[in-house]
Amino acid sequence: MAHYWNEEIECMPREKLRVLQEERLRETVSRVYENVPFYRNAFDKIGLKPDDIKSLDDLKKLPFTNKDDLRDNYPYGLFAVPLSEVIRIHASSGTTGKPTVVGYTRQDIRSWAEVMARSLSCCGANKNSKIQNAYGYGLFTGGLGVHYGAELIGASVIPVSGGHSKRQIMLMKDFGSTILTCTPSYALHLSDVMKEMGVSKDELCLEGGLFGAEPWSLNLRNEIENRLGIIALDVYGLSEVIGPGVAVECPVKEGLHIWEDHFLAEIVDPETGEQLPAGSYGELVITTLTKEALPMIRYRTRDITRIIPEEGCSCGRTHMRIDRLQGRTDDMLVIRGVNVFPSQIEEVLFNISHTEPYYMIYVDRREQLDELEVWVEVSDEVFSDEIRKLESLEREIRKEIEVVLGINVKVKLVEPKSIERFEGKSKRVIDRRSL
Amino acid sequence: MPVKQITVFLENKCGRLASVARAIGDEGINIRAFSVADTTDFGILRLIVNDPDRAYEVLRSRQFTVRMTEVIAVQIPDHPGGLADVLALMKEAGINIEYLYAFVTKVSGDALAVFRVENIKEAEQLMIDKGIKVLSGEEVYAL
Repeated sequence: MAHYWNEEIECMPREKLRVLQEERLRETVSRVYENVPFYRNAFDKIGLKPDDIKSLDDLKKLPFTNKDDLRDNYPYGLFAVPLSEVIRIHASSGTTGKPTVVGYTRQDIRSWAEVMARSLSCCGANKNSKIQNAYGYGLFTGGLGVHYGAELIGASVIPVSGGHSKRQIMLMKDFGSTILTCTPSYALHLSDVMKEMGVSKDELCLEGGLFGAEPWSLNLRNEIENRLGIIALDVYGLSEVIGPGVAVECPVKEGLHIWEDHFLAEIVDPETGEQLPAGSYGELVITTLTKEALPMIRYRTRDITRIIPEEGCSCGRTHMRIDRLQGRTDDMLVIRGVNVFPSQIEEVLFNISHTEPYYMIYVDRREQLDELEVWVEVSDEVFSDEIRKLESLEREIRKEIEVVLGINVKVKLVEPKSIERFEGKSKRVIDRRSL
Repeated sequence: MPVKQITVFLENKCGRLASVARAIGDEGINIRAFSVADTTDFGILRLIVNDPDRAYEVLRSRQFTVRMTEVIAVQIPDHPGGLADVLALMKEAGINIEYLYAFVTKVSGDALAVFRVENIKEAEQLMIDKGIKVLSGEEVYAL
């Protein structure tokens, strides 16, 4: 049974949706020009006035916003409202040591709950559902994003957060959870642990799952669906835009509907920034239409996908669909749902040995869990005759990286010159995960 | 007085130890004593050779991570309790031993052990005061 959370909006005729989008775009553009010096400068530099933006066709006149712009204006520089209006702050990894900070007004939290309620409804959630939310709670937007959407629906939320797999399964069984939300790799891991514990899917009440925060393949979906006996759908989002709930798969599973009354999507050529027609793969660029605290104008997501050219979906929703994500335009890694940039690790190493060390990052997936191992060359400077000094160096590097990334890593010291030197663009990451 | 020890960092990788031994062997450098300390990820090879300065240069030129460390070579009476007596003296004097290992060769019927301690001078003086023979670098290299 296909059901909507907000049928009027989700199935709104395209012409009507366009009128709504254009009205909200004009409003957003004039608001950022008034309230955010960064945008005012960017507009002035190219001689653009808010009045120049009248329709969606004018979108391409607007300047892009990059992740670096958030860093340069750390922490609150891009906020369009005074902090007194901000009721929530989240953060995700930045490209350097500083996180990317995002803020929400009360209305932003409502909008977020709305798009998440729609997304959860896609996988069958309703007020009778028991939603086991195994996304991490905290600065990461995953946990609280799902939480507020689930509460808006009126479902019973089980805010278990990530980890403690055996306990997750016990709760799932005892509480009769019907919906599971977490990263897809964690869902698969839970199915492994179930097997270990001798718990079969028939002992659970699971019906659906909403999985995201990392790219996953169709094979992985099939695997999760079979093992858990559920419908598994992909949810997309990023904290800079709002968090999870920017786009979601409907049960038809032919792409992710972008909630277009809140987010305007374009695909651009990552090199030239030129808008690409529907059907072409390129970088997803999002403009927020309702965000108050942190509006984003043409935000470069670095995610590669395409707009599915066929309009209309057999589920009845009219909002445009993007394809499942194909990769990234930058070197960002997603490890257990956490964004990791090699540059963050580089900075840690730089600070420890006071020299720019050579390193390699290996990513593996063991027992369905991502593992990150950093190989660091021992320089003559730091090499010691004593094992315990080397071990404490290893430990220090590991701890420092863990502080910055917020995830566990392994560190391995290797011989000098054993890590390949690159001319030009270096390759510092070997991702051995098969998704 | 102290003996120069060569320390080499070894990645835990097949053939690394062999390549160190070959590198110095090819240069006609003879190994007097050695020990390998290992962790899960890496090992440390400690060597006493007949020509430490040249061994250092040879290994360095072949891109190994090498360090020269000072140790003391102590003659240990070769009878039950011989090592225990020496260690007891160090303990009483509060000298902390980082590590030690033994020579294969005997010197005038006694065993020979390499000690790495925090304070080499102090340990040497202690041994001498207690009538225990400490070998000089030259004596060790010429073994």
